[in-house]
Amino acid sequence: MSETAVKTTAEPTAEEVRDTKIYLGWSMTDAEYERAVGMLGRLPNYTEAGLFAVMWSEHCCYKSSTPILKSFPTTGPRVLQGPGEGAGIVDIGNGKAVVFKAESHNHPSAVEPFEGAATGVGGILRDIFSMGARPVAVLDSLRFGELTAAHAKDVDRNKFLVDQVVAGISSYGNCIGVPTVGGETEFDSCYEGNPLVNVMCVGLIDVKDIQKGRAAGAGNSIMYVGATTGRDGIHGATFASEEFGEGNETQRSAVQVGDPFMEKQLVEACLDVIHNHNDILVGIQDMGAAGLVSSSAEMASKAGTGLYLKLDDVPQRETNMTPYEMMLSESQERMLLCVRAGHEDEIKKIFTAYGLDAVTIGRVTDDGQYTLEHKGAVVADIPVRALTDDAPEYHLPDSEPARLKGLRAVDASAASLKITNPSETFLDLLASPTVASKEHIWHTYDSQVLTNTVIRPGSDAAVIRVRDTDTALAMTTDCNGRYIYLDPEIGGKIAVAEAASNIVASGATPLAITDCLNYGSPENPEVMYDLKRSAAGISAACRTFETPVISGNVSLYNETSHEAVYPTPMIGMVGLLEHTDHITTQAFKNPGDAIYLLTGPQGIRPDFAGSEVQKLTTGSIGGVLADVDLDAIAATQRALLTAIRAGFVASAHDVSEGGVAVALAESAFGFDSASGDGRENPQAEVLGVDVTLDLDDPLLFAETVGSFVVSVPAGKVEQFEASVAATSPEAAATLLGHVSDDGMLNILTNGDGIRVATMSAKKVWKESLACLLN
Amino acid sequence: MTSSKNYKVTVYVTYKESVLDPQGQAVKGAISRMGYEGIDSVRIGKYFEIMAHPSDGTTLEETIDAICDKLLANPNMETYRYEIAEAQA
Amino acid sequence: MSPRFAVIVFPGSNCDKDLLWGIKNIAGMNAEFVRHDATDLSGFDAVLIPGGFSYGDYLRCGAIARFSPVMNEVRRFADEGKPVFGTCNGFQILCEAGLLPGALLRNTSLRFVCETAQIEVANNATRFTSKYDPDQLLRLPVAHAEGRYTVTAEELEQLKANNQIAFRYAKGHNPNGSVDDIAGVTNKAGNVLGMMPHPERAVETLLGSDDGLPFFASLIDSLAA
Repeated sequence: MSETAVKTTAEPTAEEVRDTKIYLGWSMTDAEYERAVGMLGRLPNYTEAGLFAVMWSEHCCYKSSTPILKSFPTTGPRVLQGPGEGAGIVDIGNGKAVVFKAESHNHPSAVEPFEGAATGVGGILRDIFSMGARPVAVLDSLRFGELTAAHAKDVDRNKFLVDQVVAGISSYGNCIGVPTVGGETEFDSCYEGNPLVNVMCVGLIDVKDIQKGRAAGAGNSIMYVGATTGRDGIHGATFASEEFGEGNETQRSAVQVGDPFMEKQLVEACLDVIHNHNDILVGIQDMGAAGLVSSSAEMASKAGTGLYLKLDDVPQRETNMTPYEMMLSESQERMLLCVRAGHEDEIKKIFTAYGLDAVTIGRVTDDGQYTLEHKGAVVADIPVRALTDDAPEYHLPDSEPARLKGLRAVDASAASLKITNPSETFLDLLASPTVASKEHIWHTYDSQVLTNTVIRPGSDAAVIRVRDTDTALAMTTDCNGRYIYLDPEIGGKIAVAEAASNIVASGATPLAITDCLNYGSPENPEVMYDLKRSAAGISAACRTFETPVISGNVSLYNETSHEAVYPTPMIGMVGLLEHTDHITTQAFKNPGDAIYLLTGPQGIRPDFAGSEVQKLTTGSIGGVLADVDLDAIAATQRALLTAIRAGFVASAHDVSEGGVAVALAESAFGFDSASGDGRENPQAEVLGVDVTLDLDDPLLFAETVGSFVVSVPAGKVEQFEASVAATSPEAAATLLGHVSDDGMLNILTNGDGIRVATMSAKKVWKESLACLLN
Repeated sequence: MTSSKNYKVTVYVTYKESVLDPQGQAVKGAISRMGYEGIDSVRIGKYFEIMAHPSDGTTLEETIDAICDKLLANPNMETYRYEIAEAQA
Repeated sequence: MSPRFAVIVFPGSNCDKDLLWGIKNIAGMNAEFVRHDATDLSGFDAVLIPGGFSYGDYLRCGAIARFSPVMNEVRRFADEGKPVFGTCNGFQILCEAGLLPGALLRNTSLRFVCETAQIEVANNATRFTSKYDPDQLLRLPVAHAEGRYTVTAEELEQLKANNQIAFRYAKGHNPNGSVDDIAGVTNKAGNVLGMMPHPERAVETLLGSDDGLPFFASLIDSLAA
């Protein structure tokens, strides 16, 4: 027994912690408790056991997923920072770099959707500016239960969740003044009760300003800045590592309230210190999941040092807080700085100018111990490594999910869809909430603040220009959970391929990805199978598209009463446009422009497993998910990008949910003047298409990954075709027809085809979501 | 329904003590900057005036509690209290 | 010497950099940030109050910012007849401070609205709008949740009588329910203008519209005169 570690009043003794197994309630197993005892060589007291439990939770140490994450490619010629810091960093030339990361806030959003989503935005922003970058864009990837009574247990609750999550994102992002430029929202019954709220933030930095979260140099000070610490969010991390059951009311008190105003001041103050006082700043890190303990232990771990923290000095919002509560609190808008000894007052002065407190709460030591003092006594004394590097790592068993056999047996042929009236199916697809315009949602996000946004939400990828250069950044989020549900590995490939297609369609070269891996309980071998196989698919695709994984997050236990969500690895991808002249949108520009279908060598394939049209016409998904040829997709993307850069392309749109028919329609819809895209087509109301496809009707709705609807100015048709042929012999550019000015979507096939007025189709597409939500 | 009286219910909803109140903090900061002394803390809440009468089978208290629990307050982070007074005719 | 512009920065302002970029990098003027606690505006020829969420817009939009020390100087500056411009939160602050009539309430939709609005120049005889044609139609971004301009019926008549309505939302394009489609107003003297739309977001064609350029050109022109 250590002489120094004493208990605080009214807390269980170390023996009582052992005997009552209170740690089980913190999601710490008996084996893990024994592991902690072994590392300490004595029984941990209450505070120490709590620190171990939270630091060894899935949310903090990824103990179940680390072996899988190690399989991702994480390096590349442009990668300046891979996983392991607050966010990843990629060089974009001109002395600048792009910093980005995505994070999930699923569990808090399920309980308290407004604050859960808002604090999700706040948390990811802090990851970005803790690297020294100015956050310049936010994207949100959202999943909810369905919006029609026929497909939902509690349709009102689902609508409420959409409304509140969107309001939370809007409230925080708009207030802090970072534009929300894109994202995606999809609906499936598996997300009912466990919505997914994944937020991605992109920042820009001058390479010279890159920071690391390190507490180096014995004697240097640890300073606490930002909001005070309250009891809010205690056990947020362990809470995120458990599945929901009925009546989990005690856990539901773990609600944090976001204060975007405080965070705005925090961004400006931290960036001021980083840009203008870097000589006295040693390291900086966000207090995110598991608050003070996680941030401080990680900073010490990365620097190979120890820490001595005096908890009496931690700014507290509530009275009588225990060490345990202070260390585990997830109060928002707090940062931890390591500051060169003797310069504390300078730091304090800077923060005071922004109306913020900066308080010294401890110092860096060279003994490698994590030591906490409270009310004159040492209340924890643990090797830093034990909390961080030596956290357990599990190679959990996996087994093929039983569902797959049944799903593979489902008939997913064109005939199974029983499409009798393609025009009607087409309109139904446009109205389905997953395909329908999300304008009702992004209309409430300030997408233009900071005056860099060139392409706002509503095209394949959002684009922001990079000031003082000719370059721009394209960004997107993507994941079709249905595909992964049918075949995790192929689905994983498709998620990355689709993200890359979005980026390329906007005229950019894919640079790298971040991810949010949303799955059920890892203790379920079937979930582990999904995780492993989809990660293998993601890895394979990342290698093909040369987009390393530079950051990300894992969210497990996304289950309600043992029903897991679809395995949903959200891919956030960023691409670089060498010149703003290359910026391309999905909207058709001029009547008479030629319309091409750009595909791989096999063209549009009769694959409907997991497609929107299958869900729509049969009510469920199933069948064998066709494998994708990543090399052929990459070749097709190269062909498109080359043609865009050469100036041969007027518009490009990747074929995804709803297939070629929906892609053609969305291109014809253009942008609304009301929704304000700068590149709106003033003639949007009269545009139509006159195209002929040598296909049967159902193929209009096939979602052949890596296909594009491309329009080409009439005078550049020959150059476009020659360019595609010269760049990628594997790619096939099929001339379908042209953009018309009669306002009709006129799509001829080998069957009935589609003939619908553009404006009536657009009305269905544009108004569907607002109708469903009201 | 001659027996049923009309009441004025005033409901106050505030954040629970453990929940951060950024608005209250901002207002307190402004008060201090304006030079007023002696103000220790500010918490912002919502105030509702409801005209009501008891309906068959439930007391007014039961109804108001239910409305507060389900609608007016967010039990995850807010608490409420109310006063019921007989309305002036 | 080209005129000097002050861009006021309140805690929570978030369009301050956009406004500085517009007036300095695009319009080529001398411009600098002035903090909320500054007590001197001497040497400046015009004051620009940016959008954002000053003090989080907690309590009411602009209600706390109006008590900032710099606002005393802004009031003095305006009283001297020098130009003061506020966009979005800046408009809200000017109304709360009493430098402009009326108030800005929650949008009728109760939702934040971000779009490019169709704006009509209602009066091109102000120092902020002289470079526009009468009744010219503009595309200017709006982004706010509290933009519903409200005045009493008598005040509205006075606004009209004094030609204080500078901008209106085009018929059928009122995004927030403002009375009489009002998007921007001046004070009686015409040297203080507030508007919900963001002209500083419309100064580059790359970003979709440069209809805000004549706004700044008008102001610059008026300073040279």
